[in-house]
Formats: sequence, C-alpha cells, structure tokens
Amino acid sequence: MMLGFRTLFYKEVLRFWKVGFQTVAAPVLTALLYLLIFAHVLDENTRIHGVTYTAFLVPGLVMMSVLQNAFANSSSSLIQSKVTGSVVFVLLPPIAYGEFFLAYVLAALARGVVVGLGVLLMTLAFAPLQLAHPLWALAFAVLGGAMLGALGMIAGIWADKFDQLAAFQNFLIMPLTMLSGVFYSIHSLPPFWQQVSHFNPVFYMIDGFRYGFFGVSDAAPQQSLLVVSVCFAALTALTLALLKRGYKLRA
Amino acid sequence: MGTAVHFDRVAKRFGSLQALAGVSLEIAEGEFFGLLGPNGAGKTTLISCLAGLARPDAGSVRVLGRDVVADYREARRLLGVVPQELVFDPFFSVRETLRIQSGYFGIRNNDAWIDEILENLDLTAKADTNMRRLSGGMKRRVLVAQALVHRPPVIVLDEPTAGVDVELRQGLWEFIRRLNGEGHTIILTTHYLEEAETLCGRIGMLKQGQLVALDETASLLRQFSGHTLTLRLGQGGLPAALVPRLLSREGAVCRLRLAGFAELEQVLADLRQAGCGVADLKLDEPDLEEVFVRLMRGEVSREAVQP
Ligand SMILES: Nc1ncnc2c1ncn2[C@@H]1O[C@H](COP(=O)(O)OP(=O)(O)OP(=O)(O)O)[C@@H](O)[C@H]1O
Ligand SMILES: [Mg+2]
Repeated sequence: MMLGFRTLFYKEVLRFWKVGFQTVAAPVLTALLYLLIFAHVLDENTRIHGVTYTAFLVPGLVMMSVLQNAFANSSSSLIQSKVTGSVVFVLLPPIAYGEFFLAYVLAALARGVVVGLGVLLMTLAFAPLQLAHPLWALAFAVLGGAMLGALGMIAGIWADKFDQLAAFQNFLIMPLTMLSGVFYSIHSLPPFWQQVSHFNPVFYMIDGFRYGFFGVSDAAPQQSLLVVSVCFAALTALTLALLKRGYKLRA
Repeated sequence: MGTAVHFDRVAKRFGSLQALAGVSLEIAEGEFFGLLGPNGAGKTTLISCLAGLARPDAGSVRVLGRDVVADYREARRLLGVVPQELVFDPFFSVRETLRIQSGYFGIRNNDAWIDEILENLDLTAKADTNMRRLSGGMKRRVLVAQALVHRPPVIVLDEPTAGVDVELRQGLWEFIRRLNGEGHTIILTTHYLEEAETLCGRIGMLKQGQLVALDETASLLRQFSGHTLTLRLGQGGLPAALVPRLLSREGAVCRLRLAGFAELEQVLADLRQAGCGVADLKLDEPDLEEVFVRLMRGEVSREAVQP
C-alpha cells in the first residue's frame, strides 16, 4: 500500500492511542456501567433468546461501543483539525482521496474494535462467553464499525463547529444506537415500533452481531448483512464524492 | 529555464467578494519571487489555489507543467507550502511531526534531511519537544520545516517571518537563499518590505485581487520611486517652480520628489535663483515601501505597469 495512506492511518491511530484513557478506557467503563445497572435490575427473571438478560446484553453493548467509538474517532479527528487549522497538513500532501477515506475509516474501525474488545473482556467477569458463529460476529463488527467511521467522516466534514458535531451525535447517532435493540429484543416492542426499528440500519448491525454470539436473532442474518452492506456502500460513495469535491475542506 | 508556476487568469470569489479577479502570472524556475499587497489583497487566496486548498472559479494553475486540479498528486509533490496561519498538531513532538509529514509525501527514513532542516532552523534542541510546548516563533519554524521535508522544487512561504525574532529571521533567510541557490524556486509573501527588497529578484503586487505591478525589483524601484529630497528652508518660501514636486510639508521642512539623482542640480539651481537659504538637506534612496504605497494609493495607473 502507498506510504501516504499508511502514514495517515498510523497518525490517526496514534492520535487516539496517545489519549487512550479518554478514547478507550472511558467508553469501556461506560459500557460496563450500563451492564452493571441493567443487569442488576433485570437479570433475575428475564430471559431473551433463551439466555439470561446479562448474556443478552453483552453483544449489544460491545457492538454499541464499536459503533459509537468508530463514529467519534473520525468525526472528532476531522472537526478538531478543521477548527485548529492543522487539516492543511493532510490536504497539502499528494494523498489520493480514496487513500484519505480508507485511512480515516480504518483508524475509526481500529478504535471501535479496540474498545469493543475491551468491553467484551470486561464482561467476561459477568457472563460466560458464547460465540456460536464468530465469523458472522466479525463481519458485522467490521462492516458496522467501518460504516460509522464513514458517517463520522461525513459529520466531521460537514460540521463547522464542535456544537454542530455534538448535535449530529446527540440527535442522530445516540438515538439510532440506543433504539436499535441493544437493551431489548425488538419482538418485545409493540408492532408499530417493531416496524419503525426495521428502518434503523443500526438495528441490523446489533441483531446480526448478536446472531454471531447466540445463533438466534430477530431478523435473518443474511438480510441484516445485506442491509448493512448496502448502507455502507452508500455512505462510502457519498464520502468519496464529498472528498473528491473537497466539500468544506477545500474552499 | 522552464516555468515553475503558471497562473492563468485565476479568478475566485467568496460570496459577493471577488478575492481574485483573473490573475495571470508566470514564475520561472529558480526565481526568488515576492508577492506583495495589503491585507485582503488576495495573496493567500492565490497561494491556496496553487496548493489545492482552494479551487479557482475560473482559470488554471500549473506547477512545473502539472495542473493542480487534473494532476493534483504530482503537482502537490512538487510544492512545499508554509501556511500563513500558525497551525500545529498538538499530539506530536517536532520530530514526530516531521516524520509523519515525510510519510504523507511517500518518503521513508528521512531522518538525515530532517536533522539538517532542524539544524538550519535552530530547532535541534527542541526536536523531541511536544508541539504544544513550543513558543509561537518556534511553531512557525516547524511550519517551515514541514514544508521542506520532501525537498520540493517550488517553495511557497506565506509570511514566514511573522513573529520570528531577528536572529532567526536572518538564519531562515540564509537557509532559504541557499535552497534558492541550489535551484529551488521561492515564492514569498511578506509585509516586511525591506525583506522583499533584499531577497526577491522579481516582485508582483496584488491589490483587490488584481496584479497591479509585476517587474524585477530593481526596475520597479527605478520606475516608480524617485529619490526623495528633504529640505529645511532657512529663509523665504518654496519657489513656485518646485511646488509640483512637493510631497509633504511641515513648517519649514519640505519633502520633494525627484525622478532621479540628476534632477538634484536643477532643484538646487531653482532654490538659489529664488534666493532661498537651505538650512539642512537630505537625499533618500528609493525604497520599495514608497513604490508600494504609491501603487496602493493608485497614484500609478495600471497602464504604467508592464505585466
Ligand atoms: N474562506 C474564505 N471565505 C470568505 N472570504 C475569504 C476567505 N478567504 C479569504 N477571504 C477573503 O478574500 C480576500 C482575500 O483574502 P486573502 O487571505 O487572500 O488576503 P491576503 O492578501 O493574504 O491578506 P493578508 O495580508 O492579510 O494575509 C479577503 O477579503 C478575505 O476576507
Ligand atoms: Mg494572507
């Protein structure tokens, strides 16, 4: 691969790794708190998909962490360098926009996966690990993380200020991830909300990822994979188009 | 010598503001070129169009024959740009910053050259210091260093000496001059006119997005700025014959414009004839500042300039 791409990827990874306490440890702790609280309240008598609520919750929390952190990485990196002006350092070199895209998305994915693995490791203390179809789980983690990495790029490119990015995060990313079946099976929802959930791509990521753990899911994993792949392809095309035009990056 | 940079009718608007109104300019390989103009004239915008940080609405820019839009990767490889804004990446040390920048340009194992740059910019002692801990002038020098990591044949410096102390400014210019001597083309913007006067072989002046002067520095000085004669009159008023030459007057002190050294004799003759005593007299060399001021005031029409 081209050195320009590799260096940009390395720089992006180094950027979050150097402040790992904030970018990795903190989100792992957050996920763990969710697990402790919800499991404490609900575990006694709730079983979903034939497993205890705690066990059910683990894959959802892992995937939610992957997605939120992948988004946070690319979006915060871009907005920060735009606001401080240091974005010129990556705009001046001869890095093709395809390489640019790949570097940011893969670094976002790397942060998502590192946090996700951290959450998974910590939860081993609370529920035994079950991995019925590890490849399915991996496929959803990679595609989902990459997709949110791309979405983070779009948000970071579009936003001019930190509060615009925060709005994007709070009004789009948070509801989409929280209302995606991380904390419940959508079969427990009233029919109307079940329908609504099917329009949320994050639902398919969580559901498919969970299939990798338990071998059961609300939607067929093939269908989920298709939905997630199509969404990822669409966001990739959009991001590449923005980068090619230099939208908001090049005046 | 070939053309290093070719701006061809470059136009750029920001909303209703015409930042560049069709600028055409050719800079030859090996030149030390000065781009001057008041705040907001469009210097940085022109450089941004060259560097691919902005896209012109019309016109084209080529670096050593490579179009900066169609052939952007090759064009950017040939360019080293020191941005005007003091920007830095707070996550890294000086050396890390320079290694990363080398990598962006596809250069591996660049430490020997990085060390040389650091040495020349007096940054060796700060090589492992985090960017956040540097003073403003040091950050500015790192910006210069970053632009040079890939030994670009064309080096663009957008006000590189703002906030840099005198000693370092000397060191920086020595280094840049050496690079120029080795064949690198230099394009410089600065508000320190004496700097431009001593360094640049040719100068272009921008005003409201238009090139209002373009000539060799020496000829620009000759053409637009005569000598200035400052007189303190002893007795009597200024003879009528000299009034058209008057630039300014404060009490008995008059400043007169002379087109050239040779006119001095005539002026003195006029004074003598009118019976004016002269208490004090000073003759000033032409300087770029005066050319600049006159051009910006519009005292010299565009037709007088040979683009
Ligand atoms: N991104 C932008 N959006 C809107 N207007 C801009 C933008 N960049 C520059 N301008 C405007 O374009 C004009 C030219 O600006 P430019 O930065 O090129 O001037 P300059 O000659 O570099 O001035 P200075 O000496 O102050 O650096 C100014 O009026 C400026 O306000
Ligand atoms: Mg400027």
